Amino acid sequence: MAIKDYIRERFFPHLWCSGCGHGMVLNALLRAIEALDIHKSDIVMVSGIGCSSRISGYVDFHTMHTIHGRALAFATGVKMSRPELNLIVPMGDGDALAIGGNHFIHTARRNIDMTAIIMNNRIYGMTGGQYSPLSGFGTMATTAPYSNIDHDFDVVELAKAAGASFVARSTTYHVQQLTNILKAAILHKGFSAVEVLSQCPEYFGRKNKMGTPADMLEYYKENTTTIGSKKKQENPDLLERGIFVQNDIPEYCSEYDKIIEQAKKTSGGKTK
Amino acid sequence: MAKPKLKEHLINRDWCKGCGICVELCPKNVLELDNENKAVAARPVDCICCKMCELRCPDLAIEVITEDDK
Amino acid sequence: MINNIKFIQGNEACVEGALYAGLDFFAGYPITPSTEIAEMMSIRLPQIGGKFLQMEDEIASMCAIIGASLTGHKVLTATSGPGFSLKQEALGYAIMAEIPCVIVNVQRGGPSTGNPTHVSQGDVNQSRWGTHGDHAIIVLTASNHQDVFAITVEAFNMAETYRTPVILLFDEVVGHMRERLVIPEKGDIPLVQRLKTAIKRDVDYHPYLPREDGRLPMSDFGEDHRYNVTGLFHDMWGFPTDNPQVVHGLLRHLVDKINNNVHQIARLKEYFLEDATTILISYGSSARSALHLGSALHLAKERRTRGERLGLIELQTLWPFPYGIIRQKCENARFIVVVEMNMGQMLHEIKLAVNNPEKVFLANRIDGELITPDDIKKIIRLIQGKGV
Repeated sequence: MAIKDYIRERFFPHLWCSGCGHGMVLNALLRAIEALDIHKSDIVMVSGIGCSSRISGYVDFHTMHTIHGRALAFATGVKMSRPELNLIVPMGDGDALAIGGNHFIHTARRNIDMTAIIMNNRIYGMTGGQYSPLSGFGTMATTAPYSNIDHDFDVVELAKAAGASFVARSTTYHVQQLTNILKAAILHKGFSAVEVLSQCPEYFGRKNKMGTPADMLEYYKENTTTIGSKKKQENPDLLERGIFVQNDIPEYCSEYDKIIEQAKKTSGGKTK
Repeated sequence: MAKPKLKEHLINRDWCKGCGICVELCPKNVLELDNENKAVAARPVDCICCKMCELRCPDLAIEVITEDDK
Repeated sequence: MINNIKFIQGNEACVEGALYAGLDFFAGYPITPSTEIAEMMSIRLPQIGGKFLQMEDEIASMCAIIGASLTGHKVLTATSGPGFSLKQEALGYAIMAEIPCVIVNVQRGGPSTGNPTHVSQGDVNQSRWGTHGDHAIIVLTASNHQDVFAITVEAFNMAETYRTPVILLFDEVVGHMRERLVIPEKGDIPLVQRLKTAIKRDVDYHPYLPREDGRLPMSDFGEDHRYNVTGLFHDMWGFPTDNPQVVHGLLRHLVDKINNNVHQIARLKEYFLEDATTILISYGSSARSALHLGSALHLAKERRTRGERLGLIELQTLWPFPYGIIRQKCENARFIVVVEMNMGQMLHEIKLAVNNPEKVFLANRIDGELITPDDIKKIIRLIQGKGV
């Protein structure tokens, strides 16, 4: 199948701005799914609210466009009731880590089998460029007109601390690495958190004088490096890319199946 | 394996938003934005079929078709 | 047969009703006074191969049941006061996306943390208007365990029939009181199953195109049809739109599918109404006190020929409010006394319903204690100008 077979072509061109990284994440995700040859009816995509969340409208899967920050909770209900389905949950940085931060850490802790993609553009785009929890100290935004004094946090470290069994990071510049990471994340049995640095030229880029979309991609190239590289030793400020955690630990739905077995045994087949 | 040989660049002008990513990041400077701000393959002979423009296009608007492609 | 008779809490009666209705997915979060529902579900659901989830918060619980319902399951969450407030946004999503689900709110005193272990009926209007935007909703209640069981089954039936969330608005006294419950035999109460589409795979399916009878056949997530579900206004395929005609049509549909069926949804019980000059209207645990008083006076009347001619209407459907039915039943009453444990939330609707709102009075208690038959009796004497 070609990647176009996985999209709802009638809604293209999509609504994202010119040069938006989210279209590149969609591009990479479709290639990952195509390579894995997963049937469209076996995939459920659950998204929240924001620019990133509109991705669910463009893919020809079972799609659920939910409410701000809660996509992982809806996805948990879908996965628990139909564990054989592949759950993909794309979120923005505000969606996943501000309003949805609680669901993010607890879904990670539970280790339920789904792939969370955090499309980190460091801004609230849909509402017009307010600072997000990942904008970072010293950045500019429509709600930080004098400079942002909110500190950001490291999504990878957060996901690791919360117990995610698969944690990775890539960028929209590194599309081949991104596709490979998404493939591994989807195949991983457990909760996978994939942070993708995804440029917002229209708001974050403009407010922070980042240049053209291509300039923003070059920025990702210059300011990131593969995990444990020599470049990282020489320049600790570089952000690492790659798979940080890939652990085989008990998955939630499988564990619940054991609970069912146990409950059926102790109730002696009686249901009353 | 032989080097892939270019057949054509399929560019969907309705989907292209003219962001210039393909133009600026093409290693061989094959692409340009035309006067309608749409990507065009101005120097296809230089194309090495790395397909990075296709992989990086945020609008899913470019396909690099090679002789090997069906 | 003896296995079918239980001496249990109201919260447990609700669990029994839900399981009878075919529930197999529950998500919740501990909160007084509804926690027993979650505890019982955690025991019972895995025994029948169902799923129980304790989520990280009330919001997540509401979201999880909506997700599970989309895959074809009958789902429930249970909460109280503050938790019910937290669920409101996701409740609106289920209304907009027309996803069947049942939400129990075992009411406690509020606002805020309020009076967690004491009774109140303060969430009547929140259950109607808690989520933002125009909408219609079904809210049911009951005053004793047999009715809690039956109305819980009804809640699941209505959720499926109208593809909507249904709220079960119980209260702390009903939830925690222990009394007898006889579980009906299978088949004694008819069950409504999910209406599924007959459209074959690869044929255009319209998840949001109502049939002539207003019902929407569903396709389970993971099955033949891939479609979109959204909280945005959407077209018949489920894709977002702001087309004014479509927006207007969808909002009308969401409201009309419930409000045009008030008579099918209305559940109420009547006691001694034939010759009643004073009619009590109540619901939930306060209706128990009203019934106790009514029965006592009714017995007295039979013994002494003279005495209070007191009738009782016990509401089981709170929303959509059955204005027409209440107007007709109260036509000949000299006094209408609304017995509730709030500042007069149903009182307002009943005044709107009857021909003479000036004859409608409130008998209430808002101190966390159950209103007693004696309380009601004293208030009636005051209303009738007899002094206490």
